Amino acid sequence: MRTDAPVDIAVIGAGPAGLTAALHAARSGADVLVIDAQPGRGGQIWRGAHADRPGPATTLLRELDACPNVRWRGQTEVAWVEGDGTHRELILSSPEGLSRQPARRVILATGAVERFLPFPGWTLPGVVGAGALQAMVKAGLVVRGQRVVVAGSGPLLLAVAAGLRTAGAVVLGVAEQAPMVSAARFGLAAARLGGKTREAAGLAWALRGVPYWPGTYPLHADGDGHLETVTLRRGGRDVTLECDWLAAGFGLVPETRVAALLGCALTDSGAVRVDAWSQTSVPGVYAAGEVTGVGGVDMACHEGRVAGCAATGQIERLSDAAATSARHRAFQTALDTAFTLRPELRALPSPDTTVCRCEDVTHATLRGQHSWTEAKLKTRCGMGTCQGRVCGPATETLYGWRFSGVRPPLVPLPLSDLLADH
Amino acid sequence: MPELMIEGRAVTVAEGTSVLAALQNAGYRTLRHSRSGEPRGALCGMGSCHECRAVVDGRIVRTCVTPARNGQRVTLLTGDHAD
Ligand code: FES
Repeated sequence: MRTDAPVDIAVIGAGPAGLTAALHAARSGADVLVIDAQPGRGGQIWRGAHADRPGPATTLLRELDACPNVRWRGQTEVAWVEGDGTHRELILSSPEGLSRQPARRVILATGAVERFLPFPGWTLPGVVGAGALQAMVKAGLVVRGQRVVVAGSGPLLLAVAAGLRTAGAVVLGVAEQAPMVSAARFGLAAARLGGKTREAAGLAWALRGVPYWPGTYPLHADGDGHLETVTLRRGGRDVTLECDWLAAGFGLVPETRVAALLGCALTDSGAVRVDAWSQTSVPGVYAAGEVTGVGGVDMACHEGRVAGCAATGQIERLSDAAATSARHRAFQTALDTAFTLRPELRALPSPDTTVCRCEDVTHATLRGQHSWTEAKLKTRCGMGTCQGRVCGPATETLYGWRFSGVRPPLVPLPLSDLLADH
Repeated sequence: MPELMIEGRAVTVAEGTSVLAALQNAGYRTLRHSRSGEPRGALCGMGSCHECRAVVDGRIVRTCVTPARNGQRVTLLTGDHAD
């Protein structure tokens, strides 16, 4: 296995938090390596961002490109980690195989993944995540003229619907499981933060004419081999819609697997625990953005700046950080409260609904288990290729389990890569 | 513009397209069958669910994080993909 020259700072994740962290870290003169599983920079929200194409990330990317001490590697993931604080090596997996990357400090900016909830028919091709469909469109999926129902929970649904509309899809409606009063309260909280008002106006324009159904959730999806209809419960009534895609996402869950490998402690809500300077419980490991709690792009950029400065000893540049952090945390709390998942969602799966997609483990099998660990041992739930990334958060909602226990390698490796090492 | 072979059929896609989007645009939404035989397609679009696996140039990859490139050969993991 090739061993690369050590870097001062390895930033894992090239979304808003990671890119901002890299830029601020680079200002200290440190050499910085940014890696991401995607082929391009931008993370999920700025996916497809480019330094010479106008967009929200253009300035940031230009500034980064002007730093000779920042390098970028796409299609690269952390497979496992060796060593400790004084000599830490990340084992990176990319299409070229495995390589060893010593890193003095690590900034985790691994973001979040969508929470999927099982309901009858959710495994049909055509049922995808909400953020997922947006990502697929940004990666070239053509949806012009196709009928889409967007369902689930959270402000992401609106951004997704707007993006799909702009790409020419026929958005039949946005089903938000939270009741109207919650969604309205969230609107107020967002407006108070300033800066969000303009964002909201842009969304409103893109979404004109698209129905928004608060208090509505998918009951089941049906079709012969692929999605044909979705049935929504709205108030006391069930409505069935014909569609080509059901984009369903129930909020975001911090992606903490690399953090867990490094031994970072988590909070009760399953995010990476950090102090005011973005330091995790592991010396030399910092974390920023959604991995520390889901709060949106502005908060991610702010935390990226804190992490980038703190990891390179530029604390004096952070005098205003505490006040900004408090403001963002208030927004985050408002978000969580407004979009709390309703208990009815836990009753959606029927006994034969698949919950663990990799191993085809059903709801009937799983509800007889007592914990994530027991389920893993007795049913193979969470033991398949995704290693619990889909069913973990789902079982958390359905059965109240806390999923844990990542095991390296985090990515399935071709045997040839491992053998090439010997 | 990259031209790739999907199941032996030549398909041209726009620059920056993922192999997954190339498959979906070509009409393949069912990418494999689960252990119990359920048809399955992509779910997360960002590399975490592994539902979008297919064989690209002899290697099983997650097609959603694999850029489409000229001359690539893509085959599905299912024999039955009429969709
Ligand atoms: S669609 Fe989930 S890994 Fe590709």
